[in-house]
Amino acid sequence: MSRYVIKRLVMLIPVLIGVTFLVYFIISLSPGDTAAMLAGEDADAATIEALRHELGLDQPVIIQYARYMLNLLQGDMGNSYKTGRPVTNMIVSCFPNTAKLAFWSILVAVGIALPIGIISATKQYSMFDNVGMVVALIGVATPNFWLGLMMIILFSLNLGWLPSGGSKGWSSYIMPAITLGTGDAALITRMTRSSMLEVIRADYIRTARAKGVPEGKVVYQHALRNALIPVVTAIGLQFGSLLGGATLTETVFAWPGIGRSTVDSIKTKDTTQVLGNIVVLTITFSCVNLLVDILYAFIDPRIKAQYKK
Amino acid sequence: MAATKAAPKKRSQFEEVWRRLKKNKMAMVGLAIVLMLVLLAVFADFLFDYDEIVIKQNTAIRLQGPSAEHWFGTDEFGRDILARLVHGGRISLVVGVIAVAIALTIGGTLGAISGFFGGKVDMLISRAMDILLAVPSLLLSITIVSALGPSILNLMIAIAVSSVPGYARIVRSSVMTVRDNEFVEAAKAIGANNAQIIASHILPNCLAPIIVQVSLKVASAILSTSGLSFLGLGVKAPTPEWGSMLSGGRAYLRNAPHLTVFPGFCIMLTILSLNLLGDGLRDALDPKLKQ
Repeated sequence: MSRYVIKRLVMLIPVLIGVTFLVYFIISLSPGDTAAMLAGEDADAATIEALRHELGLDQPVIIQYARYMLNLLQGDMGNSYKTGRPVTNMIVSCFPNTAKLAFWSILVAVGIALPIGIISATKQYSMFDNVGMVVALIGVATPNFWLGLMMIILFSLNLGWLPSGGSKGWSSYIMPAITLGTGDAALITRMTRSSMLEVIRADYIRTARAKGVPEGKVVYQHALRNALIPVVTAIGLQFGSLLGGATLTETVFAWPGIGRSTVDSIKTKDTTQVLGNIVVLTITFSCVNLLVDILYAFIDPRIKAQYKK
Repeated sequence: MAATKAAPKKRSQFEEVWRRLKKNKMAMVGLAIVLMLVLLAVFADFLFDYDEIVIKQNTAIRLQGPSAEHWFGTDEFGRDILARLVHGGRISLVVGVIAVAIALTIGGTLGAISGFFGGKVDMLISRAMDILLAVPSLLLSITIVSALGPSILNLMIAIAVSSVPGYARIVRSSVMTVRDNEFVEAAKAIGANNAQIIASHILPNCLAPIIVQVSLKVASAILSTSGLSFLGLGVKAPTPEWGSMLSGGRAYLRNAPHLTVFPGFCIMLTILSLNLLGDGLRDALDPKLKQ
């Protein structure tokens, strides 16, 4: 098992090199002169040229990239072109906001999805199942940035119950977490239902029933435990993508998270900040995926046995 | 017995899939809505004149609510929202379909090469796809479109590039399951070259998962298009597009919520119908359900 984890961590290195190169190359294609933009409208040609030289922007892209990577290996992500402060400052201030929002969103998603998915499966083709699945289908199809705006119209502008943006106080978490959570809830509900349906027809469930095990125990102890294996994976992957920056939701609710920071930095051509954010997002995304795989092995003894071979 | 039993009528694969799809009511609802949206997009110019109704400003009637004259009201420049939604649908569908076509062509080719040849080629392509998959797809699209500049073409390219790895993986795994079949051996034996084998023998046998993926991916491409336009990185004004219409309506949430309600509803309806159709196609194409 530990060999597998080490192998996966080692494989992360070429992926990170590839991602940083790809993003560096794409951003270097952008039209416009970064040095001129940073120097301001009133700057003369000499000032712009000096700034360009200072930032190393007069070098070929590949040299700029190599220098960036050398610094990155020493833990230095550079300074933001826009603010002049270390890139890590912005990441340290934004990332916890994104992580907290992701945590509450996934909690909302699981809180909605598991009960609906389980009841839908145990009462297949009932009214509850049909309504639950239609709602889940609509949930998957609803763009979260639109849902966010609809919630702002209702709860902030008309009823005045909740703040329309920012991250001050617990009440500011409610709408963004529900906005993000409902989309994920729809996916997890469908997955829970189909996974439960598959398990509920298994031979060992029939055996448990034949032995006279009470229905509640059959569902929650025999079926659910096995049905949850793919569901836990789905929850983990959804959590990973939430950490990857819920860019649109963060924009709608003016949430000071890493997704919004990345979009703002892209718009201002703040290359170092964009790269820093994307490196952190990629590492987080990959590590969450790795953790999901490890968790998968822990909850499914069959997979654990495969690693032991 | 002189009378011989008539041989059972043989159905083509298409007829068989269509027969099963017809039985799925939800999929048929999805198909009906998709067809309606396509018809509206095709005949948008006959329904609403682009220059006179869709982009011409008339500030005298700005921000009007729904009425008999303007069913969905008017926007901040006095333009009819229904007309803009109908024309916006054309852009969303075109961008969605073309982005998926580009992604399918590139991703499908890479996946087919990777799956067919295996070995180092497979490893190289798979690692390249891992790199693309490691960046959250919306962020990758945002980075590409902001580098290339906001336009419909760049929007398609950005969405297509971020969807390439998905297709490459699906086609790769499908090709790997088919490549060792006897009919591939037979094609090799009669001297067909690799390109012929992939194009004429392997890909036609991998179509089912690809068709399902396409119908579902058009929906997510439409969602990405509107998301990017919502961030101001997509279609530029005054061209109507659902995401940019939503974004434009944000400033008028209190006084004119209809500016955001209707475009969002259109995005939702389109994605819902494509998902219903995709789910139905998946069930209809699944050999396990074949009787």
